[in-house]
Amino acid sequence: MLRFIARRLLQLIPILFGLSILLFVWLRQLPGGPGRALLGERATAEQIEAINEQLGLNDSIFVQYWRFLSRVLQFNFGTSIQTGRPVTTEFFQRFPGTVELTLFAIAFAIILGIPLGYLAARRHGSFLDSASVVASLLGVTIPVFFLAYLLRFGFAVELGWLPGSGRQDVRLDATHPTGFFVLDGVLTREYDAALDAFLHLVLPGIALGTIPLAIIVRITRASVLDVINEDYVRTAESKGLATSTIRRRHILRNAMLPVATTIGLQTGLLLSGAVLTETVFAFGGVGSFIADAIGQRDYAVLQGFILILAVVYVLVNLLVDISYGLIDPRVRVR
Amino acid sequence: MTGIDLGKKERIDRLAELTATGPDQGGVSLTRDALRRLRRNPVALLGAFLVFIFVFVAAFAPLLAPKDPRTLYLLREVRPNFIPGSREGFPLGVDNLGRDELSRLILGSQQSLLIGVVSTIMGLVVGMGFGILAGGLGGKIDTVVMRLVDIMLSIPGLLMAITVALLLGFNQFSIMVAIAVTQVPIFARLLRGSMLAQRNSDYAVASRCLGVPQRKIIFGHVLPNSVSPVIVQATLSLATAIIEAAALSFLGLGNADRAIPEWGSMLAEAQDFLTVAPRLAFYPCICIVIAALGFTLLGEALREALDPKFRR
Repeated sequence: MLRFIARRLLQLIPILFGLSILLFVWLRQLPGGPGRALLGERATAEQIEAINEQLGLNDSIFVQYWRFLSRVLQFNFGTSIQTGRPVTTEFFQRFPGTVELTLFAIAFAIILGIPLGYLAARRHGSFLDSASVVASLLGVTIPVFFLAYLLRFGFAVELGWLPGSGRQDVRLDATHPTGFFVLDGVLTREYDAALDAFLHLVLPGIALGTIPLAIIVRITRASVLDVINEDYVRTAESKGLATSTIRRRHILRNAMLPVATTIGLQTGLLLSGAVLTETVFAFGGVGSFIADAIGQRDYAVLQGFILILAVVYVLVNLLVDISYGLIDPRVRVR
Repeated sequence: MTGIDLGKKERIDRLAELTATGPDQGGVSLTRDALRRLRRNPVALLGAFLVFIFVFVAAFAPLLAPKDPRTLYLLREVRPNFIPGSREGFPLGVDNLGRDELSRLILGSQQSLLIGVVSTIMGLVVGMGFGILAGGLGGKIDTVVMRLVDIMLSIPGLLMAITVALLLGFNQFSIMVAIAVTQVPIFARLLRGSMLAQRNSDYAVASRCLGVPQRKIIFGHVLPNSVSPVIVQATLSLATAIIEAAALSFLGLGNADRAIPEWGSMLAEAQDFLTVAPRLAFYPCICIVIAALGFTLLGEALREALDPKFRR
C-alpha cells in the first residue's frame, strides 16, 4: 500500500513540472510582459523597468525559470489589480465558498443519483429505466449556465422563493471566523445566518450538481447491471437470502467501486470548475472571481488562481486514486 | 469539459477497449452492420435530424435570416425597463440594441458550427498524431508521449481552455485552439489504446512475420481497424466543443467584435437584462442545447452501434 501511494506521489512531479512550465511561458507571453501583468495597465515605464530589473529578465531563461519557480513555491503570485491585495489572500478568502458549494452539489448528486441509478438497473427495461437514461443524457448535454439561468429565473426572479445571488444576505452582518458561512453561523450560534447561507447554496448547488447527478445515475445503473448478473448474486438469491441483505452486501458493495471513483473525480472537477455557475449566481467564490478577472484583464489573479486550482484538482485526484486502492485491493497490484 | 469527462482516463480507455474489437467476425462487415443498426435506432435518427437542421441553418444562414443582424432597427423603442418583444416583422422580438433576435440566432449558428468543427478537427489531427506515435511505435516514445498526454488530462478542461485562450488573445482563433487543446489528450489516449489492442492481433503479427514494413503495418492494417472509437469520440466532441465555445465567449473570451452574433456572447449580454427580457437568455441557450444534443445523441448511438456487446 505504501509503495502504491509513493508511486502515485512520484507521478505528481512531472504533472506539476509541466504545469509550471506552461504558466511560466504564459507569463512571458503576456502583452507588456510580466511587469505589466503584475502591476496592471496603469503602471509607468519606470515601474515596469524596476520590476523587470527585480525579476532579472536579462538573465538566461533557466535562471528566470528557477526564480519563477521559487516565487511560486512561496505562494507569491503578485497583487490583484482589481482589489490591490495579494492574489493568495484573495484566493483563500474565496475558496471556502467554492468548497461549500461543491459539497452541497455533490451531496445533492449522491443522495438522488445512487437510488435512482439502482432502481433503474433493478427495473431494467422499464419506463423508469428508459426515463433515467434519457434524463441523464439530457443532464450531461444541457450547458450548466443554461440550467443555472432557468433555476435563477424560475425560483429566484419569478417566484422569489430562494435567493438568486451572493453567499449571504448582506443585511445580516454575520461574523465569519472560518469563511465557511454555514459553519460560521453554527459556530457563532447565529442560526438565522447559517440558514440564510444554506439557502443561498440551494439554487447554484442544484445547477452545479446536475451534471454529476446525471453521471452518477449512469455509472450506478451500468455498474449495478453488471453486478446483478454475477453468479454470486444468483447464488445468494437461490440460498434464499433476504432481498435487503443481497442488496446491501452483495450488490451495492461491489457496484459502488466505480461510483466512488466518479464521485471523487467529480468533486475535484467542481472544486476547480464552478466558474460558469458561480458567475450566473454572482456567488462570490473562486469561480466568479476568475470570470471577473478575465473581464478586467487581471492576469496576476488568473495565473495564481489557475495554478492553485490545478494543484487542488491534481491532489483531489490523487486522494481518489489512493482511496480506490484502499477499497479495492486489486488496484494496488496493477 | 464540465462533467462529460467523468474519470477521463478510465472512460477513454474503456471506449477504446469496447469499440476496437477486431475486424469482422461473421461475414457481415462491422461498418455495414453498424449502419444497419443505426438506421433502426430512434435515438440515432433524432440525433441525425437535429444535426441536419443545425448544419442546414448554418450553411444557408444569410439566406434564411429575414433581416440584417447588425442593424439597430428598434433602438429608439428600447427603454431601461422595456425591450420590444414579438411583433410583425420581428417574430422573436429584438435584443437590447433593437436588433432582430431571430436573424442574430440564425447567423449565430455559423459561429458555433465553425468553432465546433474546426476545433474538433484540430484536436483530432494533433491527437491522432500523438496516438499513432505512441500506439504505433511503442517503447520509449510511447512512455514520453503518454506522460505528456496525462499532464494535459490532469488539468481541468475549462481552466486549460481559459489559459490557452488568454495566451493567444481575444479572438475566435484562440477559442478554437483552446478547445482543440482540451481535446488532444482524449483523442491521443483513445487511439493509442485501440492501436495497442490491434498491434498484437493475429493479422498484425502475421504481416510482421511476412516482413511487411512497420510503416505499412501501422497505416495499412492497424490504424484503419483502430479508428472507430475515435470517430465516436469526434462526434461527441463536437457537442462538447459547441458548449465550450459558448462557455468561453460567455466568460468574455471570444471575439472582441460584438457585432458578429454568437450564442455564447448573446447569452452573456442577456445576463444584464434578465428581469426585463428573460427570453434573450433563453433563445440562445435553447439553440446551444439543440445543437449539442444532436451530436450527443448521434455519438451515443454510434457508440452503441459499433459496440459488439450490443450486437444482436
